[in-house]
Amino acid sequence: MTQQLSEFSIALRETLGKKLSLFPSSILGQELDMIMVRTNPFDIVNLCDFLKNDTELMFTYFASLTVVDYEQVDKTLEVVYHLISLTKRYKLTIKSSISSDNPTINSVTNIWRAADWFEREAHDLFGVFFEGHPNLKPLLLYEGFEGYPGRKSFPFHEYKEW
Amino acid sequence: MKLHQQVGYDPDSVDLMINMGPQHPSTHGVFRLVIWVDGEKIVKSEPHVGYLHRGSEKICESERYNQIVTLFDRLDYVGNLNNELAFCLAVEKLMDVTVPERSEYIRVILCELNRIASHMLFYGVYGLDAGAMTPMLYGFRERERVQDLFQRVTGARMMHNYIRIGGVKEDLPSDFNNRMVTLLEDLKRGVEECDQLLSGNEMFLARTKNIGILDAGDAIDYGVSGPALRASGILEDVRVTDPYSIYDRFDFGIPVGTNGDCWDRYYVRIEEMRESIKIIENAMKDMPNGETLAKVRRIARPPKGEVFVRTESPRGDLGVFVVSDGSDMPYRVKVRAPSFANLQALQLMLEGAYLADAVLILGSIDIIMGEVDR
Amino acid sequence: MIDSRFVVAVFSAIVLMLSLSLVVLFLTYFERKALARIQQRKGPTRVGYMGILQPFADAVKLITKEDIIPARSDKAVYWIAPVAVFIPAFVIWVTIPVARGVVLENLDLGLFYIVAVSVFSVLGLLLAGWGSANKWAVIGGLRAAGQLVSYEIPFIMSILAIAVLGQTLNLRTIVESQSQFAYGLFQPLGLFIFFTSGLAELGRTPFDIHHAESEVVGGPFVEYSGAHWAVFFLTEYVNTFTVAVLTVLLFLGGWNWPTMPFEGLAHTVLSMMWLLLKTVIVIWLIFWIRGTYPRIRIDQLMTFSWKFLVPLSFINVVLTACVVFYGLSLWFLSVLSVLILSGGFWLMKKSAGLGSEYNTVTIVSSRELMENVQPIHVADKDVS
Repeated sequence: MTQQLSEFSIALRETLGKKLSLFPSSILGQELDMIMVRTNPFDIVNLCDFLKNDTELMFTYFASLTVVDYEQVDKTLEVVYHLISLTKRYKLTIKSSISSDNPTINSVTNIWRAADWFEREAHDLFGVFFEGHPNLKPLLLYEGFEGYPGRKSFPFHEYKEW
Repeated sequence: MKLHQQVGYDPDSVDLMINMGPQHPSTHGVFRLVIWVDGEKIVKSEPHVGYLHRGSEKICESERYNQIVTLFDRLDYVGNLNNELAFCLAVEKLMDVTVPERSEYIRVILCELNRIASHMLFYGVYGLDAGAMTPMLYGFRERERVQDLFQRVTGARMMHNYIRIGGVKEDLPSDFNNRMVTLLEDLKRGVEECDQLLSGNEMFLARTKNIGILDAGDAIDYGVSGPALRASGILEDVRVTDPYSIYDRFDFGIPVGTNGDCWDRYYVRIEEMRESIKIIENAMKDMPNGETLAKVRRIARPPKGEVFVRTESPRGDLGVFVVSDGSDMPYRVKVRAPSFANLQALQLMLEGAYLADAVLILGSIDIIMGEVDR
Repeated sequence: MIDSRFVVAVFSAIVLMLSLSLVVLFLTYFERKALARIQQRKGPTRVGYMGILQPFADAVKLITKEDIIPARSDKAVYWIAPVAVFIPAFVIWVTIPVARGVVLENLDLGLFYIVAVSVFSVLGLLLAGWGSANKWAVIGGLRAAGQLVSYEIPFIMSILAIAVLGQTLNLRTIVESQSQFAYGLFQPLGLFIFFTSGLAELGRTPFDIHHAESEVVGGPFVEYSGAHWAVFFLTEYVNTFTVAVLTVLLFLGGWNWPTMPFEGLAHTVLSMMWLLLKTVIVIWLIFWIRGTYPRIRIDQLMTFSWKFLVPLSFINVVLTACVVFYGLSLWFLSVLSVLILSGGFWLMKKSAGLGSEYNTVTIVSSRELMENVQPIHVADKDVS
């Protein structure tokens, strides 16, 4: 597979370059062949709302939410959103870094209902708290599990369950 | 913790709370669905997943890249080759590896065969959910034919570990062409037989038509993908809109439904099987000779970077997100499983449905718990 | 001192029970083989020549299994349920004749007795559902009760039509009067209604939702294991045999049509074999239906009974009564019957909307999708 930007991604970069002036804290970038927007955690909901409803972008499809643990590098957790626009064939990555001591970020469940379980899983495995999420109960781990197994600091080989 | 403390228990409600527990003949794996019924109508439902959580993503952080392929086999344990393909595409993109032509064709042929096998399993299990015993046997007979070929080519019936970073593990055996010709004929006949047995049956139609309707707007909002999305009327196929491998060279049909009910989701998969057979035939005609594995180091060390790749697995939009820090083990691997997102739409579809329909609606989404829980 | 009639009665009862058990064992084997052939496999082949001893192996297995009784179950109810289901199944056979002279006790009220006794099994299923302390069992038991009660009516009505046609409730007389033409020829509608409601009474596919594996995990029978479950299992097969034999006796001429030649013992044996042959064909039809069809939902089941079978069975009875009362030719009844049956089917197909336009999936070419970037929605709906 090629690392070149597809024609759709080039068009997306142009459009975003103009529109992102509304969000001064967002920085446009590129990761291999995907356009990336880096923003701070307070702007997430506004940015996502704009991306979903703007008629030239129409990012109606929420692909995935990932949390990457950079706690041992610079004490942050990075929340990565992947969005797809079905009508325009755009792919977009949104990144936002939150501190690992008290990881909190606004939930985007009101914008895309698909984010519901992805956020629950992130809360389960990494301890990220999503403000505004309707139901942040554990999804993959059992009730009463202590610790955040997704983080690098969770003892992996030395972990003894009983 | 007692059951009523685990779920949203309302002591004043008169609805009967039923537990379609992790052990149930038709929850398609270890999946627990707590349903509140008022007579026969479902008032509320609460799915509980996580019984099959094996920490695959964390294991990936301490295994080398070529070892992770076996792990991906076991995520969606029915469409194995599609998972391997997704991961290998992601790493190849990171390392900027050009895969030889022959192995691209081999990958496409095997992945489409895997799609047929997976849909045959869906067909058999769905017929069993509806109460007909015979589709199970017919579907599995076709599936056995495909798995026979897989055993000849890859060495294993299910967990193949065949698609590697840079190509495929080894070349096809010498009798591959002959076997494929007979297999394709058998599969065409098999698909027709399976279609005639169940699709037009009045009782099956009465059980699946206008049941579990998923609106198009809701489907996109919930992140539903694959045959479930296409059955709701949205024309979206990752093989065409976001082409990977050599799928842009093939002409095939994309089945799209109108109502978004259970029957549409079922029949879209039957039609997909026919289209897959067409893709395989075209690929067999054009397959060139050559090598099957690019010159990649055995211990792959992709440069620092991130990549997100989407593929069309039999269940939907399988995405793999790999973060590499330059070492021989990835920093983070995230699997965007299609069944994970599709299962969220179950709560919406179950509202107002009858209890007897719950099983059919769950079956029509075609989830595999291995990839929901990872 | 002991009345010889009493000894004869006890002896015949024992012979009846043994022969029924043997027939039922053979039926289980027959069903597994028939289903297997439909499903392109072989069925039991290992135990005995061609697997013929398989039912005995099954019986031994079931009897030697551990009896697991739920702790919170109502013990009395739990134990009575299999008995309540088992006894009527055998007691019905007291008055069913299998040849001109072979019947335990030919009652003049034969049909009335059969109908009255067969209703008892509903009670047994309800008891089984309640006695196991299990929500799924309760749901299954209630579904079973509703289903069985609803289908009693068309069942009884079609029997009533036969009684009107034969002008008697005595089973032997009914069969004797079918020596030239079977009643099924005059009442194809009645035959269809009787067979369908009989299938529903048995709880067989497509009407087996109350004890389906994938739905209610076995319904009222879920907590029964080992010998208890064997009783339910056996009863179901005895009932299958009963319904098949009744279909043949009432509608297909029994051991007549045509009357067997010879006299005495040869005649009796030939009549029994002819009856058995016809019964086996009906039973094979029941197994064929089980292997092919999915099951319908409980509310669709009830709709089918109350809105389709019950009105048809009433029309059947009234029609038969009119034809017999006015002394019209019975072939007139036959023609009308066929017309009404086809009319009913046509109405059912039309109302359910299941024509040849059930295929709502269209195929769009991938080339079209690749070139066409903007519109992605095929149906004319708004994507918002």
